[in-house]
Amino acid sequence: MSIGHTLLGLLESGPRHGYDLKRAFDEKFGHDRPLHYGQVYSTMSRLLKNGLVVVDGVETGGGPERKRYAITDDGITDVQRWLGTPEKPEPYLQSTLYTKVVLALLTRRDATEVLDTQRSEHLRSMRILTDRKRKGDLADQLICDHALFHLEADLRWLELTAARLDKLREAVAR
Amino acid sequence: MTPPAGSLLSAEQLRKAYGPTLALDGAEFSIHPGEVVAVMGPSGSGKSTLLHCLAGIVTPDSGTITYNGHELSAMSDAQRSALRRSEFGFVFQFGQLVPELTCVENVALPLRLNGTPRKAAERTALSWMERLEVGDLRKKRPGEVSGGQGQRVAVARSLVTSPRVLFADEPTGALDSLNGERVMELLTEAARSTNAAVVLVTHEARVAAYSDREIVVRDGKSRDMERAV
Repeated sequence: MSIGHTLLGLLESGPRHGYDLKRAFDEKFGHDRPLHYGQVYSTMSRLLKNGLVVVDGVETGGGPERKRYAITDDGITDVQRWLGTPEKPEPYLQSTLYTKVVLALLTRRDATEVLDTQRSEHLRSMRILTDRKRKGDLADQLICDHALFHLEADLRWLELTAARLDKLREAVAR
Repeated sequence: MTPPAGSLLSAEQLRKAYGPTLALDGAEFSIHPGEVVAVMGPSGSGKSTLLHCLAGIVTPDSGTITYNGHELSAMSDAQRSALRRSEFGFVFQFGQLVPELTCVENVALPLRLNGTPRKAAERTALSWMERLEVGDLRKKRPGEVSGGQGQRVAVARSLVTSPRVLFADEPTGALDSLNGERVMELLTEAARSTNAAVVLVTHEARVAAYSDREIVVRDGKSRDMERAV
């Protein structure tokens, strides 16, 4: 999963402090793997350096300085590009795909499009494997079958998620 | 509207309602000779209605279907029936063989309906059965063969008239993985060798992987993934 793109996506709804970003990330995507503060700040400095975010304000108080970050137009374009680019079909993609779908819903983009684009990419890989299987020997067939079944499992997840988008939209809006 | 260049069968802005239910809501489709196109989508999305409209079995409420330069809606019922018998082939999920006839008589049936004498029709039927690896079942009745064998007989029957378009609606839906795979291999090989176009309705990715491209139907609307990417 791309932490940078996820944090950028979370900034689309409005500027946030690093701490708010970590909390929003953990709540929506962290589950059993919350972000470390160090990861948030190193990611934000990279995004800042690349012009994808700007510092929108600095609060000084009793404690350390708190920077508030805002996404730039380049940052929005970067999120759009990431969401629109299918992932390379490989096992254990679920967390990245889940993040993309939730982020698309959070930022009011077309989540169906993310799922359709990914399905198409998976099918492209399945066609290549099916063709290889057809031309190959038994060993090729068994190896390709293993990959095909894994890709098929991803695709079933994509279909099920597409069928549950309305419920997921309600859940992420809470 | 003009059909896409080079397409054998195409549909533009198809709408079809069954009572208050809108099955197709502006669906589009096109296929070239020799192409295998998978029509995918969840249950109830309108994919079978799209296939039935394209095959001239169901008349859409509005929209245009063009086959080989001719509009389907401009044809009479008799002309559409003749088209289905001679230029189109059909494979469904199950229940398509006539139980009283032997397998070879089942395969020869479309030729017999077109007026081919029995001996010639059965000779052609047998050659297709051999191609589908079920030649030895010629004298059996459908009740005496397995599901996978019956489906191969049905595929042989769908190809016996050398159709230009083969419509396959969940052709492996009732089969296990291995049988389903073999049916898809034989079906696509046979269709490619005759340059037939195949409209393949399926919700299974492993079946769709035998296609050249896919369109997705959702809520009666279609999305051509090749053009979308």
